[in-house]
Amino acid sequence: MEILSLVLMSVVAAATPLLFAAIGELVTEKSGVLNLGVEGMMLVGAVVGFAVTASGGGAVLGVSAAAAAGSAMAALFALLTLNLLANQVATGLALTLFGIGLSALVGRGFIGVPLDGLPHLAIPGLSDLPLIGPLIFGQDALVYLSFVAVAAVAWFLTRTRAGLILKAVGENPAAAHRLGHSVLRVRWLAVLFGGAMAGIGGAYLSLAYTPLWAENMTAGRGWIALALVVFATWRPGRVLLGAYLFGGVTIAQLHAQSAGVALPSQFMSMLPYLATILVLVLISRDAARIRLNAPASIGKVFHPGG
Amino acid sequence: MRITRRRFTQGALAAAAAPAVLSFGGPARAADPLKVGFVYVGPIGDHGWSYQHNEGRLAVEAEFGDRVETSFVEKVSEGADAERVVNQLAASGHKLIFTTSFGFMNPTLKVAQRHSDVMFEHATGYKRADNLATYAARFYEGRTISGTLAGHVSETGVVGYIASFPIPEVVRGIGAFTLAARRINPDLEVRVVWVNSWYDPGKEADAAKALVDQGADVLLQHTDSPAPMQVAEERGIKAVGQASDMTRFGPSAHMTAVVNDWAPYYVERVGQVLDGSWTSTDTWGGLASGMVKMAPFNSNLPAEAIADAEQAVADIKSGARHPFDGPVRDQSGTVRIAEGERASDELLLGMDWYVEGVQGKLPG
Amino acid sequence: MAAEGAFGIRLERRPAPSRAMLLATPPLAVLLTVLAGAILFAAMGFDPLETLRAYFVSPLTSLYGWGELAVKATPLAIIAIGLALGFRGNVWNIGAEGQLTLGAICAGGLALAVYGHEGPWLLPLMMLAGAAGGLAYAAIPAYLRVRFNANEILTSLMLTYVAGLLLSYLVTGPWKDPEGFGFPQSRLFNPEALLPIVLDGTRMHLGAPLALCVVLAGWLVVARTLIGFQIKVVGLTPIAAGYAGFSQARIIWFTLLLSGGLAGLAGAIEVSGPIGQLQPAISPGYGFTAIIVAFLGRLHPVGVLLAALLMALSYLGGEQAQIELGLPLAVTGVFQGMLLFFLLASDFLTHYRVRRTASTPAAAG
Repeated sequence: MEILSLVLMSVVAAATPLLFAAIGELVTEKSGVLNLGVEGMMLVGAVVGFAVTASGGGAVLGVSAAAAAGSAMAALFALLTLNLLANQVATGLALTLFGIGLSALVGRGFIGVPLDGLPHLAIPGLSDLPLIGPLIFGQDALVYLSFVAVAAVAWFLTRTRAGLILKAVGENPAAAHRLGHSVLRVRWLAVLFGGAMAGIGGAYLSLAYTPLWAENMTAGRGWIALALVVFATWRPGRVLLGAYLFGGVTIAQLHAQSAGVALPSQFMSMLPYLATILVLVLISRDAARIRLNAPASIGKVFHPGG
Repeated sequence: MRITRRRFTQGALAAAAAPAVLSFGGPARAADPLKVGFVYVGPIGDHGWSYQHNEGRLAVEAEFGDRVETSFVEKVSEGADAERVVNQLAASGHKLIFTTSFGFMNPTLKVAQRHSDVMFEHATGYKRADNLATYAARFYEGRTISGTLAGHVSETGVVGYIASFPIPEVVRGIGAFTLAARRINPDLEVRVVWVNSWYDPGKEADAAKALVDQGADVLLQHTDSPAPMQVAEERGIKAVGQASDMTRFGPSAHMTAVVNDWAPYYVERVGQVLDGSWTSTDTWGGLASGMVKMAPFNSNLPAEAIADAEQAVADIKSGARHPFDGPVRDQSGTVRIAEGERASDELLLGMDWYVEGVQGKLPG
Repeated sequence: MAAEGAFGIRLERRPAPSRAMLLATPPLAVLLTVLAGAILFAAMGFDPLETLRAYFVSPLTSLYGWGELAVKATPLAIIAIGLALGFRGNVWNIGAEGQLTLGAICAGGLALAVYGHEGPWLLPLMMLAGAAGGLAYAAIPAYLRVRFNANEILTSLMLTYVAGLLLSYLVTGPWKDPEGFGFPQSRLFNPEALLPIVLDGTRMHLGAPLALCVVLAGWLVVARTLIGFQIKVVGLTPIAAGYAGFSQARIIWFTLLLSGGLAGLAGAIEVSGPIGQLQPAISPGYGFTAIIVAFLGRLHPVGVLLAALLMALSYLGGEQAQIELGLPLAVTGVFQGMLLFFLLASDFLTHYRVRRTASTPAAAG
């Protein structure tokens, strides 16, 4: 049974960065904005989080700085798409290109620098319980924070007035505007939140998952996070499901290889992607449900003057 | 902070930083410096393959000062872009060009045929011409040393091997490692996980964890990031680093590392071009020539293990031992290299089978 | 709404996009990039003028350089033409990279299958096979979207990873060069399977004129055909399109198959053009870069062509700046990002004009 617990620990680590980035992007998209720059924001978050922590700032400051850096990238995106009404898809992609370069530039002094990982929670008695001990009571702070983030976003979107306004803006910005809500302000805040979460997701990679900095270390996880938002049909609970499904299949195929399953490794590596498609198809068959959740105005420029 | 930029404004800053790079801002000397170009497949910030080649480039600059001028292009895709980059280097006056990834082989050959006055060096390939030399490192010799240590250290008798792509280079390393480890512990088994990437710290860490969870207490890697080393340290087991000394990432776990040191070769070849003695050669350097080096053995290892490993290094250097001394059996038990024989370089170059003791089936 | 009141100005949507601005903004954006780039380079310790020259002038000082520009822009333009049509109709194919890979696999597989028995018929068949491969691969997201309502953004992206792994399997396994010492690449194609060079002394191959034909065809579809019109209407006002009886499913199928087919064609051109064999790395991300190209070109075929050339030049310039001056590639990424940001931001001058808020506040709606 111990191995199950260990495997699940690996799944948690693999899923957490995806979860952060995806839950942030979910809020952004719920406000009607599609930011494809997640990969770039994660990278900048990863390098800034690492740089601050490795320079003696400590992990708390490091994660905060990563969130701020992700937000700063997101602010650039918001300025271009919300104020200057640039195309969101293209701007998001450009943001990724920019983020890859910028993070490499910032990180040049931090290549090959070692760092201690984030400490894991240790509650005497509880953390030592067999099976569930380390899993539930022995994670690092960011893992718990990722669950808090999902719960908070779910609560915010369904139970708060601000959440309803955000969804209204995403559904029908013109109507929300007529009701006196500032579409621009709501979307700015949603985009900034998305950037902060992506930044923390990146910092999880460079501070906890593999405590080091290397160029391009996100290796496409920003794209997976984007796909997970779609997979989740814009529901926070399903982002959690998607991130753990993807992480779980990734880990499972590595275990299968290690156990000697005789299938070409390339086919094994395809499994997480194919599994995600399959589950999306199963979920999506109920068309009405998706339409209820997808923000109607996503990706479209809104300008109240016309 | 590493200096990757060669162009300094002249003055105190540059003088303080590194005398070797000073010359580039200055006026042309009596004899124009030899221009040497390098093409890298990854970013020099990968802290692995391309990083080590760039260290070699910096060694050339340090050695020859203002007699040479070096340039590099990083992150060159192995597709259509490679030929252009190599050609641009040749067309802009570079007289010696190192292309440092297998995928650059055919593009380098094409450009070499067009620029007969330029000398080319391609790493890890097999196509040569009068002005195109090849060079590669016998990293598998380092795997023999790693295997010797692992055979002594592993208590579970299970070793995890994180592999990148199923190409002969990697398969050879797995073979040399397994043979050496089983020489110490005949029951030892090697489990391989292919991550289909040279560099993805997250995935490498996941693979490392999966292998440890299944009982491995020693980790080997043929991927570039220090992530598996970190996992080994965290889990309290042993590991062997790759490309550079990774002690910093696992002070207790780090047994040694198979270090790629291109500097001596690059310095030698540039020197030959400078004195006019360069010819097209096929170099396959190993421990003896210093192209492959072992990082210092960790002092926390058993004395016996260190002694055996040091003996293995000495024997391979002297030629008394070869990583693939027969008899070598494949997974089915068939003898591939007979008793008293040694694997030929040709067999090693195209190796596409697992030796006995490796679990699972070789993909492809 | 951008600056309502706050700065005493407001934005007003132009009744029609300004033609003058459409032509004036790209040079303006390039100018701004040059200025910002000069500051960036100076801050990094590089001579700004020399660096800018390395970027924009050096790559084009030789005939070979012009040929390279064409080689690099060819796949970008071909893919972006197809994507732009889909984007007009709100169909989000972001898996062109995977469709390109499948096109390369099909075209390359054909060349390997008939190895030693080639004829003049082979090249056209390879192009067709490539297009068919990309088209078939794009049919998967199309089918899943139409039949199961599965979002094509996710499916097409995930299939891109699958395609890359499939190619890796083929070249490390069954299609490996038998004389290649086990290295992961196929045989080199015979000359009959290679696109002829159309400009001596360069690598510019038949794919470049082919790309121009695709641009022209793309323009014809947009401007002169019913389906082009339908796509536009669906993209602008889906509800009106519904009244007019246009089938959403038909447009999804058409745009995904077309963009997939063109991406596959680009893959065929890459393997039979500059690469000449199958190997693990066919494309340095052309399928993703083409998305930017499509939008930079304002989804218009002529704009796409110009954007593809500019994008290609920025890659060539980045290499040149690294060769000549040792400029780190990371700086090139930042510089490219700035160029794109300025180009995208300047677009708003085409559609909006800035007015002082003298009397009336911005009208809602």
